[in-house]
Amino acid sequence: METKKTTFDNRLLPYLLLAPQLFITLVFFIWPAAQAVKSSFEREDPFGLSTAFVGLLHYQRLLSDPEYLAALSRTGVFAVSVTVLSMVLGLAFAAAVDRLTRTGKVYTTLLVWPYAVAPVVAGILWWFLFNSTTGLMPFVLEKFGIDWDHDLNGTQAMILIIVAAAWKQISYNFLFFLAGLQSVPQSLMEAAAIDGSGPVKRFFTISLPLISPTTFFLFIINVNYTMFDTFPIIDATTVGGPAQATTTLVYKVYQDGYIGLNLGSSSAQSVLLMMIVMVLTYVQFRFVERRVQY
Amino acid sequence: MVENRPFLTFLTHAFLIVGFLIVALPVYVAVIASTHDVSTLMSQTVPLWPGSHFIENYSRILTDASAANGLPNYSHMALNSLIMAVVITVGKIAISILSAFAIVYFRFPFRQLAFWIIFVTLMLPVEVRIMPTYKIVADLGMLNSWAGLTIPLIASATATFLFRQFFMTVPDEMLEAARVDGAGPMKFFRDILLPLSRTNIGALSVILFIYGWVQYLWPMLVTTDPGYYTLMMGMKRMVTVQDGVIEWQLVMAGSVLAMLPPILIVIFMQRLFIRGLTETEK
Repeated sequence: METKKTTFDNRLLPYLLLAPQLFITLVFFIWPAAQAVKSSFEREDPFGLSTAFVGLLHYQRLLSDPEYLAALSRTGVFAVSVTVLSMVLGLAFAAAVDRLTRTGKVYTTLLVWPYAVAPVVAGILWWFLFNSTTGLMPFVLEKFGIDWDHDLNGTQAMILIIVAAAWKQISYNFLFFLAGLQSVPQSLMEAAAIDGSGPVKRFFTISLPLISPTTFFLFIINVNYTMFDTFPIIDATTVGGPAQATTTLVYKVYQDGYIGLNLGSSSAQSVLLMMIVMVLTYVQFRFVERRVQY
Repeated sequence: MVENRPFLTFLTHAFLIVGFLIVALPVYVAVIASTHDVSTLMSQTVPLWPGSHFIENYSRILTDASAANGLPNYSHMALNSLIMAVVITVGKIAISILSAFAIVYFRFPFRQLAFWIIFVTLMLPVEVRIMPTYKIVADLGMLNSWAGLTIPLIASATATFLFRQFFMTVPDEMLEAARVDGAGPMKFFRDILLPLSRTNIGALSVILFIYGWVQYLWPMLVTTDPGYYTLMMGMKRMVTVQDGVIEWQLVMAGSVLAMLPPILIVIFMQRLFIRGLTETEK
Protein backbone atom coordinates (compact mmCIF):
# COMPACT_ATOMS: atom_id res chain seq x y z
CA MET A 1 0.00 0.00 0.00
CA GLU A 2 1.53 3.22 -1.15
CA THR A 3 1.82 6.72 0.29
CA LYS A 4 2.50 9.99 -1.47
CA LYS A 5 6.01 10.30 -2.94
CA THR A 6 6.70 13.26 -0.71
CA THR A 7 5.46 12.92 2.84
CA PHE A 8 5.58 14.88 6.05
CA ASP A 9 8.28 13.66 8.41
CA ASN A 10 6.64 14.18 11.81
CA ARG A 11 7.14 11.17 14.06
CA LEU A 12 4.38 11.49 16.62
CA LEU A 13 1.65 13.23 14.62
CA PRO A 14 0.46 10.25 12.47
CA TYR A 15 -0.12 8.19 15.60
CA LEU A 16 -2.16 11.00 17.14
CA LEU A 17 -4.22 11.28 13.96
CA LEU A 18 -4.90 7.54 13.94
CA ALA A 19 -5.48 7.26 17.68
CA PRO A 20 -9.27 7.83 17.83
CA GLN A 21 -10.04 5.39 15.02
CA LEU A 22 -7.66 2.73 16.33
CA PHE A 23 -8.83 3.15 19.90
CA ILE A 24 -12.50 2.59 19.00
CA THR A 25 -11.64 -0.30 16.71
CA LEU A 26 -9.52 -2.05 19.33
CA VAL A 27 -11.90 -1.51 22.25
CA PHE A 28 -15.26 -2.08 20.56
CA PHE A 29 -14.42 -4.38 17.66
CA ILE A 30 -11.29 -6.43 18.12
CA TRP A 31 -11.39 -6.94 21.88
CA PRO A 32 -15.04 -8.16 21.85
CA ALA A 33 -14.30 -10.42 18.89
CA ALA A 34 -11.36 -11.90 20.79
CA GLN A 35 -13.57 -12.37 23.84
CA ALA A 36 -16.11 -14.20 21.69
CA VAL A 37 -13.41 -16.53 20.41
CA LYS A 38 -12.16 -17.10 23.97
CA SER A 39 -15.54 -17.79 25.54
CA SER A 40 -16.53 -20.08 22.69
CA PHE A 41 -14.00 -22.54 24.14
CA GLU A 42 -15.14 -22.12 27.74
CA ARG A 43 -18.02 -23.01 29.95
CA GLU A 44 -19.18 -20.73 32.75
CA ASP A 45 -20.85 -22.19 35.83
CA PRO A 46 -24.41 -20.99 36.51
CA PHE A 47 -23.27 -18.33 39.00
CA GLY A 48 -20.58 -16.92 36.76
CA LEU A 49 -17.92 -17.65 39.37
CA SER A 50 -15.61 -19.90 37.43
CA THR A 51 -14.97 -20.89 33.86
CA ALA A 52 -13.59 -24.12 32.52
CA PHE A 53 -11.92 -24.80 29.21
CA VAL A 54 -14.09 -27.15 27.20
CA GLY A 55 -12.32 -27.13 23.84
CA LEU A 56 -14.55 -27.56 20.84
CA LEU A 57 -17.55 -28.73 22.87
CA HIS A 58 -19.77 -25.77 21.94
CA TYR A 59 -18.94 -26.15 18.28
CA GLN A 60 -19.58 -29.88 18.34
CA ARG A 61 -22.92 -29.33 20.02
CA LEU A 62 -23.90 -26.61 17.58
CA LEU A 63 -23.03 -28.59 14.51
CA SER A 64 -24.97 -31.59 15.75
CA ASP A 65 -27.92 -29.50 16.92
CA PRO A 66 -30.80 -29.92 14.44
CA GLU A 67 -32.13 -26.48 15.38
CA TYR A 68 -28.87 -24.77 14.52
CA LEU A 69 -28.56 -26.65 11.24
CA ALA A 70 -32.15 -25.74 10.44
CA ALA A 71 -31.35 -22.06 11.12
CA LEU A 72 -28.32 -22.39 8.85
CA SER A 73 -30.27 -23.72 5.89
CA ARG A 74 -33.12 -21.28 6.61
CA THR A 75 -30.64 -18.41 6.46
CA GLY A 76 -29.39 -19.77 3.13
CA VAL A 77 -32.91 -19.86 1.71
CA PHE A 78 -33.61 -16.37 3.05
CA ALA A 79 -30.38 -14.87 1.70
CA VAL A 80 -30.67 -16.40 -1.75
CA SER A 81 -34.38 -15.53 -2.11
CA VAL A 82 -33.90 -11.89 -1.08
CA THR A 83 -30.80 -11.56 -3.25
CA VAL A 84 -32.37 -13.05 -6.37
CA LEU A 85 -35.68 -11.21 -5.96
CA SER A 86 -34.18 -7.78 -5.34
CA MET A 87 -31.47 -8.18 -7.98
CA VAL A 88 -33.84 -9.31 -10.73
CA LEU A 89 -36.21 -6.42 -10.02
CA GLY A 90 -33.35 -3.94 -9.68
CA LEU A 91 -31.90 -5.09 -12.99
CA ALA A 92 -35.28 -4.95 -14.75
CA PHE A 93 -35.87 -1.38 -13.54
CA ALA A 94 -32.33 -0.37 -14.46
CA ALA A 95 -32.63 -1.82 -17.98
CA ALA A 96 -35.91 0.02 -18.45
CA VAL A 97 -34.57 3.36 -17.18
CA ASP A 98 -31.43 2.92 -19.27
CA ARG A 99 -33.59 2.86 -22.42
CA LEU A 100 -35.10 6.26 -21.68
CA THR A 101 -33.02 9.32 -22.32
CA ARG A 102 -35.06 12.22 -21.04
CA THR A 103 -37.47 10.74 -18.49
CA GLY A 104 -34.95 8.34 -16.97
CA LYS A 105 -34.04 10.81 -14.21
CA VAL A 106 -37.65 11.10 -13.09
CA TYR A 107 -37.99 7.34 -12.74
CA THR A 108 -34.68 7.17 -10.91
CA THR A 109 -36.05 9.57 -8.30
CA LEU A 110 -39.24 7.52 -8.07
CA LEU A 111 -37.28 4.33 -7.40
CA VAL A 112 -34.37 5.28 -5.10
CA TRP A 113 -36.11 6.31 -1.89
CA PRO A 114 -36.86 2.84 -0.39
CA TYR A 115 -33.14 2.69 0.43
CA ALA A 116 -33.76 5.37 3.06
CA VAL A 117 -36.57 3.50 4.82
CA ALA A 118 -35.32 1.95 8.05
CA PRO A 119 -35.45 -1.87 8.08
CA VAL A 120 -37.68 -1.84 11.14
CA VAL A 121 -40.14 0.51 9.43
CA ALA A 122 -40.02 -1.54 6.22
CA GLY A 123 -40.84 -4.62 8.27
CA ILE A 124 -43.76 -2.93 9.98
CA LEU A 125 -45.18 -1.59 6.68
CA TRP A 126 -45.22 -5.03 5.05
CA TRP A 127 -46.43 -6.65 8.23
CA PHE A 128 -49.41 -4.30 8.15
CA LEU A 129 -50.00 -4.96 4.45
CA PHE A 130 -50.14 -8.70 5.21
CA ASN A 131 -52.03 -8.35 8.51
CA SER A 132 -54.68 -11.06 8.56
CA THR A 133 -57.60 -8.92 9.74
CA THR A 134 -57.02 -5.55 8.15
CA GLY A 135 -54.23 -6.04 5.60
CA LEU A 136 -54.68 -5.56 1.88
CA MET A 137 -52.76 -8.64 0.72
CA PRO A 138 -54.73 -11.33 2.58
CA PHE A 139 -57.87 -9.73 1.16
CA VAL A 140 -56.47 -10.04 -2.36
CA LEU A 141 -54.98 -13.49 -1.78
CA GLU A 142 -58.31 -14.79 -0.51
CA LYS A 143 -59.73 -14.21 -3.99
CA PHE A 144 -57.14 -16.71 -5.22
CA GLY A 145 -58.09 -19.17 -2.52
CA ILE A 146 -55.00 -18.55 -0.40
CA ASP A 147 -55.59 -18.37 3.32
CA TRP A 148 -52.92 -16.01 4.66
CA ASP A 149 -51.85 -16.05 8.30
CA HIS A 150 -48.17 -15.49 8.95
CA ASP A 151 -48.73 -15.85 12.70
CA LEU A 152 -49.42 -19.54 12.24
CA ASN A 153 -47.89 -20.48 8.91
CA GLY A 154 -44.09 -20.57 8.93
CA THR A 155 -43.66 -20.50 5.15
CA GLN A 156 -45.87 -17.44 4.91
CA ALA A 157 -43.90 -15.73 7.69
CA MET A 158 -40.72 -16.42 5.73
CA ILE A 159 -42.28 -15.02 2.55
CA LEU A 160 -43.25 -11.90 4.51
CA ILE A 161 -39.70 -11.16 5.66
CA ILE A 162 -38.27 -12.03 2.23
CA VAL A 163 -40.60 -9.52 0.57
CA ALA A 164 -39.88 -6.81 3.15
CA ALA A 165 -36.10 -7.32 2.98
CA ALA A 166 -36.03 -7.47 -0.84
CA TRP A 167 -38.24 -4.38 -1.18
CA LYS A 168 -35.74 -2.30 0.77
CA GLN A 169 -32.83 -3.48 -1.31
CA ILE A 170 -34.29 -2.97 -4.81
CA SER A 171 -33.22 0.66 -5.03
CA TYR A 172 -29.64 -0.19 -4.12
CA ASN A 173 -29.37 -2.85 -6.83
CA PHE A 174 -31.17 -0.59 -9.28
CA LEU A 175 -28.61 2.21 -8.84
CA PHE A 176 -25.61 -0.07 -9.26
CA PHE A 177 -27.08 -1.87 -12.27
CA LEU A 178 -28.00 1.46 -13.85
CA ALA A 179 -24.44 2.74 -13.42
CA GLY A 180 -23.18 -0.51 -14.95
CA LEU A 181 -25.53 -0.39 -17.92
CA GLN A 182 -24.72 3.24 -18.61
CA SER A 183 -21.04 2.43 -18.84
CA VAL A 184 -21.61 -0.14 -21.62
CA PRO A 185 -20.09 1.48 -24.73
CA GLN A 186 -22.74 2.89 -27.03
CA SER A 187 -20.70 1.88 -30.09
CA LEU A 188 -21.15 -1.82 -29.27
CA MET A 189 -24.89 -1.36 -29.09
CA GLU A 190 -24.98 0.48 -32.38
CA ALA A 191 -22.84 -2.12 -34.11
CA ALA A 192 -25.11 -4.90 -32.86
CA ALA A 193 -28.19 -2.96 -33.95
CA ILE A 194 -26.78 -2.56 -37.45
CA ASP A 195 -26.13 -6.30 -37.53
CA GLY A 196 -29.82 -6.72 -36.88
CA SER A 197 -30.14 -7.72 -33.24
CA GLY A 198 -33.07 -6.25 -31.36
CA PRO A 199 -33.09 -4.65 -27.91
CA VAL A 200 -33.83 -7.88 -26.05
CA LYS A 201 -31.07 -9.80 -27.79
CA ARG A 202 -28.63 -6.91 -27.23
CA PHE A 203 -29.49 -6.90 -23.54
CA PHE A 204 -28.77 -10.59 -23.10
CA THR A 205 -25.75 -10.88 -25.38
CA ILE A 206 -23.98 -7.55 -24.78
CA SER A 207 -25.16 -5.67 -21.68
CA LEU A 208 -25.59 -8.61 -19.34
CA PRO A 209 -22.15 -10.18 -19.95
CA LEU A 210 -20.46 -6.77 -19.76
CA ILE A 211 -22.00 -5.90 -16.40
CA SER A 212 -21.21 -9.32 -14.91
CA PRO A 213 -18.64 -7.81 -12.50
CA THR A 214 -21.39 -5.55 -11.10
CA THR A 215 -23.72 -8.52 -10.84
CA PHE A 216 -21.17 -10.54 -8.91
CA PHE A 217 -20.35 -7.63 -6.60
CA LEU A 218 -24.05 -7.06 -5.91
CA PHE A 219 -24.58 -10.74 -5.20
CA ILE A 220 -22.01 -10.67 -2.41
CA ILE A 221 -23.28 -7.35 -1.02
CA ASN A 222 -26.87 -8.59 -1.02
CA VAL A 223 -26.07 -11.86 0.71
CA ASN A 224 -24.17 -9.85 3.30
CA TYR A 225 -27.12 -7.47 3.68
CA THR A 226 -29.67 -10.23 4.06
CA MET A 227 -27.64 -12.10 6.63
CA PHE A 228 -26.75 -9.18 8.87
CA ASP A 229 -28.86 -6.09 8.21
CA THR A 230 -32.30 -7.67 8.29
CA PHE A 231 -32.33 -8.23 12.05
CA PRO A 232 -34.74 -5.30 12.66
CA ILE A 233 -37.23 -6.62 10.09
CA ILE A 234 -37.43 -9.96 11.87
CA ASP A 235 -37.39 -8.51 15.37
CA ALA A 236 -40.21 -6.05 14.69
CA THR A 237 -42.49 -8.48 12.87
CA THR A 238 -42.20 -12.24 13.28
CA VAL A 239 -39.76 -12.27 16.25
CA GLY A 240 -38.22 -15.39 14.76
CA GLY A 241 -41.48 -17.33 14.76
CA PRO A 242 -43.84 -18.99 14.32
CA ALA A 243 -42.04 -22.04 15.74
CA GLN A 244 -38.59 -20.69 14.76
CA ALA A 245 -39.64 -20.48 11.10
CA THR A 246 -37.91 -17.12 10.66
CA THR A 247 -35.03 -17.52 13.12
CA THR A 248 -31.94 -16.75 11.06
CA LEU A 249 -28.39 -17.26 12.30
CA VAL A 250 -28.07 -13.66 13.48
CA TYR A 251 -31.42 -13.77 15.21
CA LYS A 252 -30.40 -16.97 16.95
CA VAL A 253 -27.19 -15.41 18.28
CA TYR A 254 -29.31 -12.65 19.74
CA GLN A 255 -31.90 -15.01 21.21
CA ASP A 256 -29.42 -17.46 22.72
CA GLY A 257 -27.03 -14.79 23.99
CA TYR A 258 -28.91 -11.65 24.93
CA ILE A 259 -32.25 -13.26 25.81
CA GLY A 260 -31.25 -16.81 26.76
CA LEU A 261 -27.88 -15.86 28.32
CA ASN A 262 -26.22 -19.00 26.98
CA LEU A 263 -22.79 -17.40 26.61
CA GLY A 264 -20.74 -20.32 25.36
CA SER A 265 -23.08 -21.35 22.60
CA SER A 266 -23.77 -17.75 21.61
CA SER A 267 -20.03 -17.07 21.36
CA ALA A 268 -19.44 -20.13 19.22
CA GLN A 269 -22.26 -18.96 16.95
CA SER A 270 -20.67 -15.50 16.80
CA VAL A 271 -17.36 -17.02 15.76
CA LEU A 272 -18.98 -19.08 13.01
CA LEU A 273 -20.75 -15.94 11.74
CA MET A 274 -17.47 -14.01 11.78
CA MET A 275 -15.98 -16.67 9.57
CA ILE A 276 -18.86 -16.28 7.13
CA VAL A 277 -18.40 -12.48 6.98
CA MET A 278 -14.66 -12.90 6.52
CA VAL A 279 -15.17 -15.17 3.54
CA LEU A 280 -17.71 -12.77 2.04
CA THR A 281 -15.45 -9.74 2.59
CA TYR A 282 -12.46 -11.58 1.16
CA VAL A 283 -14.37 -12.53 -1.97
CA GLN A 284 -15.69 -8.99 -2.31
CA PHE A 285 -12.25 -7.38 -2.11
CA ARG A 286 -10.54 -9.91 -4.32
CA PHE A 287 -13.16 -9.11 -6.87
CA VAL A 288 -12.77 -5.33 -6.54
CA GLU A 289 -9.13 -5.64 -7.51
CA ARG A 290 -10.21 -7.45 -10.65
CA ARG A 291 -12.90 -4.93 -11.39
CA VAL A 292 -10.39 -2.10 -11.52
CA GLN A 293 -8.61 -3.79 -14.42
CA TYR A 294 -11.84 -4.65 -16.11
CA MET B 1 -31.25 5.03 -27.49
CA VAL B 2 -29.96 3.13 -30.47
CA GLU B 3 -33.11 2.91 -32.53
CA ASN B 4 -36.59 4.33 -32.30
CA ARG B 5 -39.18 1.77 -31.28
CA PRO B 6 -42.27 3.59 -30.06
CA PHE B 7 -44.07 0.46 -28.90
CA LEU B 8 -41.12 -0.74 -26.85
CA THR B 9 -40.76 2.72 -25.33
CA PHE B 10 -44.41 2.61 -24.42
CA LEU B 11 -43.92 -0.78 -22.75
CA THR B 12 -40.89 0.57 -20.89
CA HIS B 13 -42.91 3.42 -19.46
CA ALA B 14 -45.78 1.12 -18.57
CA PHE B 15 -43.41 -1.31 -16.82
CA LEU B 16 -41.73 1.47 -14.82
CA ILE B 17 -45.03 3.03 -13.79
CA VAL B 18 -46.48 -0.29 -12.65
CA GLY B 19 -43.18 -1.06 -10.92
CA PHE B 20 -43.24 2.25 -9.10
CA LEU B 21 -46.84 1.71 -8.01
CA ILE B 22 -45.96 -1.68 -6.54
CA VAL B 23 -42.83 -0.35 -4.82
CA ALA B 24 -44.80 2.58 -3.40
CA LEU B 25 -47.78 0.45 -2.32
CA PRO B 26 -46.74 -0.19 1.31
CA VAL B 27 -46.01 3.50 1.84
CA TYR B 28 -49.28 4.54 0.21
CA VAL B 29 -51.22 2.16 2.42
CA ALA B 30 -49.36 3.47 5.47
CA VAL B 31 -50.26 7.06 4.64
CA ILE B 32 -53.90 6.11 4.04
CA ALA B 33 -54.11 4.06 7.23
CA SER B 34 -52.74 6.98 9.23
CA THR B 35 -55.82 9.04 8.33
CA HIS B 36 -58.42 6.60 9.65
CA ASP B 37 -59.64 5.85 13.15
CA VAL B 38 -59.00 2.70 15.12
CA SER B 39 -62.41 1.14 14.62
CA THR B 40 -62.13 1.33 10.82
CA LEU B 41 -58.75 -0.40 10.88
CA MET B 42 -59.91 -3.08 13.31
CA SER B 43 -63.03 -4.24 11.61
CA GLN B 44 -62.31 -4.34 7.89
CA THR B 45 -59.66 -4.43 5.19
CA VAL B 46 -57.78 -1.16 5.07
CA PRO B 47 -59.63 1.42 2.91
CA LEU B 48 -57.83 2.68 -0.18
CA TRP B 49 -58.93 6.29 0.21
CA PRO B 50 -57.97 8.75 2.95
CA GLY B 51 -60.16 9.11 6.00
CA SER B 52 -60.88 12.17 8.09
CA HIS B 53 -58.63 11.58 11.09
CA PHE B 54 -55.37 12.88 9.67
CA ILE B 55 -54.97 15.84 12.02
CA GLU B 56 -56.22 13.96 15.04
CA ASN B 57 -53.80 11.03 14.55
CA TYR B 58 -50.71 13.09 13.80
CA SER B 59 -51.31 15.59 16.57
CA ARG B 60 -51.92 12.72 18.98
CA ILE B 61 -48.69 11.00 18.09
CA LEU B 62 -46.67 14.19 18.25
CA THR B 63 -48.07 15.58 21.49
CA ASP B 64 -49.81 12.86 23.47
CA ALA B 65 -47.24 10.69 25.20
CA SER B 66 -49.77 8.03 26.15
CA ALA B 67 -50.45 7.41 22.47
CA ALA B 68 -47.33 5.29 22.32
CA ASN B 69 -48.14 3.20 25.38
CA GLY B 70 -45.63 4.19 28.01
CA LEU B 71 -42.94 5.47 25.67
CA PRO B 72 -41.41 8.89 25.85
CA ASN B 73 -43.03 11.54 23.76
CA TYR B 74 -42.66 10.93 20.01
CA SER B 75 -40.88 14.23 19.43
CA HIS B 76 -38.46 13.36 22.23
CA MET B 77 -37.58 10.09 20.46
CA ALA B 78 -37.27 11.92 17.15
CA LEU B 79 -34.82 14.32 18.78
CA ASN B 80 -32.84 11.37 20.14
CA SER B 81 -32.69 9.83 16.65
CA LEU B 82 -31.54 13.12 15.22
CA ILE B 83 -28.80 13.56 17.84
CA MET B 84 -27.63 10.01 17.33
CA ALA B 85 -27.56 10.31 13.53
CA VAL B 86 -25.73 13.64 13.59
CA VAL B 87 -23.13 12.57 16.16
CA ILE B 88 -22.43 9.35 14.26
CA THR B 89 -22.12 11.22 10.95
CA VAL B 90 -19.79 13.90 12.28
CA GLY B 91 -17.79 11.42 14.36
CA LYS B 92 -17.27 8.93 11.55
CA ILE B 93 -16.21 11.61 9.10
CA ALA B 94 -13.87 13.29 11.58
CA ILE B 95 -11.95 10.22 12.70
CA SER B 96 -11.88 8.70 9.21
CA ILE B 97 -10.55 11.75 7.43
CA LEU B 98 -7.82 12.08 10.07
CA SER B 99 -6.78 8.44 9.78
CA ALA B 100 -6.77 8.60 5.98
CA PHE B 101 -4.58 11.70 6.19
CA ALA B 102 -2.14 9.86 8.45
CA ILE B 103 -2.03 6.79 6.21
CA VAL B 104 -1.52 8.69 2.97
CA TYR B 105 0.71 11.60 3.95
CA PHE B 106 3.05 10.05 6.51
CA ARG B 107 5.49 7.18 6.51
CA PHE B 108 5.84 5.59 9.92
CA PRO B 109 6.39 2.19 11.56
CA PHE B 110 3.26 -0.01 11.84
CA ARG B 111 1.45 1.97 9.15
CA GLN B 112 0.44 -1.25 7.40
CA LEU B 113 -0.74 -2.75 10.68
CA ALA B 114 -2.88 0.30 11.41
CA PHE B 115 -4.47 -0.04 7.99
CA TRP B 116 -5.32 -3.70 8.60
CA ILE B 117 -6.77 -3.00 12.03
CA ILE B 118 -9.12 -0.49 10.44
CA PHE B 119 -9.93 -2.95 7.65
CA VAL B 120 -10.99 -5.59 10.16
CA THR B 121 -13.99 -3.50 11.26
CA LEU B 122 -15.60 -4.46 7.95
CA MET B 123 -15.61 -8.07 9.03
CA LEU B 124 -17.07 -7.55 12.48
CA PRO B 125 -20.57 -6.09 12.26
CA VAL B 126 -22.37 -5.60 15.58
CA GLU B 127 -24.68 -8.49 14.75
CA VAL B 128 -21.91 -11.08 15.09
CA ARG B 129 -20.48 -9.84 18.39
CA ILE B 130 -23.59 -8.83 20.30
CA MET B 131 -22.77 -10.26 23.72
CA PRO B 132 -19.07 -9.40 24.16
CA THR B 133 -19.55 -5.84 22.87
CA TYR B 134 -22.48 -5.35 25.21
CA LYS B 135 -20.32 -6.61 28.07
CA ILE B 136 -17.53 -4.16 27.33
CA VAL B 137 -19.88 -1.22 27.09
CA ALA B 138 -21.42 -2.33 30.39
CA ASP B 139 -18.00 -2.69 32.03
CA LEU B 140 -17.03 0.80 30.91
CA GLY B 141 -20.23 2.15 32.48
CA MET B 142 -21.50 3.37 29.12
CA LEU B 143 -24.95 1.78 29.17
CA ASN B 144 -27.71 4.38 28.96
CA SER B 145 -25.47 7.20 27.83
CA TRP B 146 -24.89 9.16 24.65
CA ALA B 147 -21.32 7.95 24.61
CA GLY B 148 -22.43 4.31 24.65
CA LEU B 149 -25.01 4.93 21.95
CA THR B 150 -22.65 6.61 19.52
CA ILE B 151 -18.92 6.04 20.11
CA PRO B 152 -18.82 2.28 19.40
CA LEU B 153 -20.50 2.92 16.04
CA ILE B 154 -18.11 5.64 14.96
CA ALA B 155 -15.23 3.52 13.64
CA SER B 156 -15.48 3.30 9.88
CA ALA B 157 -13.33 1.44 7.40
CA THR B 158 -15.38 2.46 4.37
CA ALA B 159 -15.14 6.18 5.11
CA THR B 160 -11.40 5.83 5.71
CA PHE B 161 -10.97 4.00 2.39
CA LEU B 162 -12.99 6.62 0.56
CA PHE B 163 -10.85 9.47 1.87
CA ARG B 164 -7.67 7.48 1.26
CA GLN B 165 -8.64 6.92 -2.35
CA PHE B 166 -9.50 10.56 -2.78
CA PHE B 167 -6.25 11.78 -1.18
CA MET B 168 -4.27 9.56 -3.55
CA THR B 169 -5.75 11.53 -6.47
CA VAL B 170 -4.73 14.91 -5.03
CA PRO B 171 -1.68 16.03 -7.04
CA ASP B 172 1.67 15.79 -5.23
CA GLU B 173 2.48 19.33 -6.33
CA MET B 174 -0.08 20.62 -3.83
CA LEU B 175 1.91 19.21 -0.98
CA GLU B 176 5.25 20.40 -2.42
CA ALA B 177 3.93 23.91 -2.97
CA ALA B 178 2.53 23.99 0.56
CA ARG B 179 5.86 22.87 1.99
CA VAL B 180 7.79 25.44 0.00
CA ASP B 181 5.48 28.06 1.47
CA GLY B 182 6.32 26.73 4.91
CA ALA B 183 3.00 25.10 5.76
CA GLY B 184 3.07 22.32 8.38
CA PRO B 185 0.98 19.16 8.08
CA MET B 186 -2.04 20.43 10.00
CA LYS B 187 -2.11 23.69 8.10
CA PHE B 188 -1.93 21.75 4.82
CA PHE B 189 -4.76 19.52 6.03
CA ARG B 190 -6.97 22.42 7.10
CA ASP B 191 -6.35 24.84 4.24
CA ILE B 192 -5.95 22.46 1.30
CA LEU B 193 -7.20 18.91 1.90
CA LEU B 194 -10.33 19.80 3.84
CA PRO B 195 -11.71 22.28 1.27
CA LEU B 196 -10.87 19.83 -1.54
CA SER B 197 -12.78 17.06 0.25
CA ARG B 198 -16.00 19.06 0.48
CA THR B 199 -17.97 17.04 -2.08
CA ASN B 200 -16.81 13.74 -0.64
CA ILE B 201 -17.75 14.85 2.85
CA GLY B 202 -21.18 15.89 1.57
CA ALA B 203 -21.78 12.59 -0.23
CA LEU B 204 -20.62 10.61 2.76
CA SER B 205 -22.77 12.65 5.17
CA VAL B 206 -25.95 11.68 3.33
CA ILE B 207 -25.15 7.97 3.55
CA LEU B 208 -23.95 8.13 7.15
CA PHE B 209 -26.92 10.16 8.32
CA ILE B 210 -29.25 7.46 7.01
CA TYR B 211 -27.02 4.82 8.62
CA GLY B 212 -27.28 6.57 11.98
CA TRP B 213 -31.00 7.28 11.69
CA VAL B 214 -31.98 3.66 11.03
CA GLN B 215 -29.81 2.07 13.77
CA TYR B 216 -31.86 -0.48 15.66
CA LEU B 217 -29.99 -3.34 17.31
CA TRP B 218 -27.31 -1.24 18.99
CA PRO B 219 -29.59 1.30 20.72
CA MET B 220 -31.78 -1.59 21.79
CA LEU B 221 -28.83 -3.32 23.45
CA VAL B 222 -27.30 -0.38 25.27
CA THR B 223 -30.31 1.65 26.40
CA THR B 224 -32.96 0.56 28.84
CA ASP B 225 -33.77 4.07 30.03
CA PRO B 226 -36.75 5.30 27.94
CA GLY B 227 -35.19 8.77 27.96
CA TYR B 228 -32.69 7.49 25.38
CA TYR B 229 -35.16 5.67 23.14
CA THR B 230 -34.83 6.47 19.47
CA LEU B 231 -37.68 6.42 16.95
CA MET B 232 -36.74 2.98 15.66
CA MET B 233 -37.03 1.46 19.12
CA GLY B 234 -40.26 3.38 19.66
CA MET B 235 -41.71 1.82 16.51
CA LYS B 236 -40.95 -1.64 17.78
CA ARG B 237 -42.52 -0.87 21.18
CA MET B 238 -45.64 0.47 19.53
CA VAL B 239 -46.31 -2.80 17.74
CA THR B 240 -45.52 -5.08 20.67
CA VAL B 241 -48.71 -4.62 22.61
CA GLN B 242 -49.12 -7.29 25.26
CA ASP B 243 -52.88 -7.19 25.56
CA GLY B 244 -55.39 -5.06 23.76
CA VAL B 245 -55.20 -3.88 20.19
CA ILE B 246 -52.43 -2.35 18.15
CA GLU B 247 -53.48 1.19 17.30
CA TRP B 248 -52.59 0.83 13.65
CA GLN B 249 -53.50 4.39 12.73
CA LEU B 250 -50.91 5.67 15.22
CA VAL B 251 -48.31 3.06 14.26
CA MET B 252 -48.69 4.08 10.62
CA ALA B 253 -48.55 7.80 11.44
CA GLY B 254 -45.40 7.06 13.43
CA SER B 255 -43.90 5.07 10.54
CA VAL B 256 -44.64 7.84 8.07
CA LEU B 257 -42.95 10.44 10.27
CA ALA B 258 -39.99 8.15 10.98
CA MET B 259 -39.24 7.53 7.32
CA LEU B 260 -39.85 11.07 6.16
CA PRO B 261 -36.50 12.73 7.07
CA PRO B 262 -34.19 10.21 5.34
CA ILE B 263 -36.49 9.90 2.31
CA LEU B 264 -36.53 13.68 1.87
CA ILE B 265 -32.76 13.77 2.14
CA VAL B 266 -32.37 11.06 -0.51
CA ILE B 267 -34.80 12.75 -2.90
CA PHE B 268 -33.51 16.29 -2.52
CA MET B 269 -29.82 15.45 -2.32
CA GLN B 270 -30.05 12.69 -4.90
CA ARG B 271 -26.77 13.50 -6.63
CA LEU B 272 -24.79 13.46 -3.41
CA PHE B 273 -26.65 10.35 -2.27
CA ILE B 274 -25.90 8.34 -5.41
CA ARG B 275 -22.31 9.46 -5.34
CA GLY B 276 -21.96 8.53 -1.69
CA LEU B 277 -23.53 5.14 -2.22
CA THR B 278 -21.50 4.13 -5.24
CA GLU B 279 -18.20 5.53 -3.92
CA THR B 280 -18.29 4.04 -0.43
CA GLU B 281 -19.31 0.53 -1.39
CA LYS B 282 -16.36 -0.43 -3.49
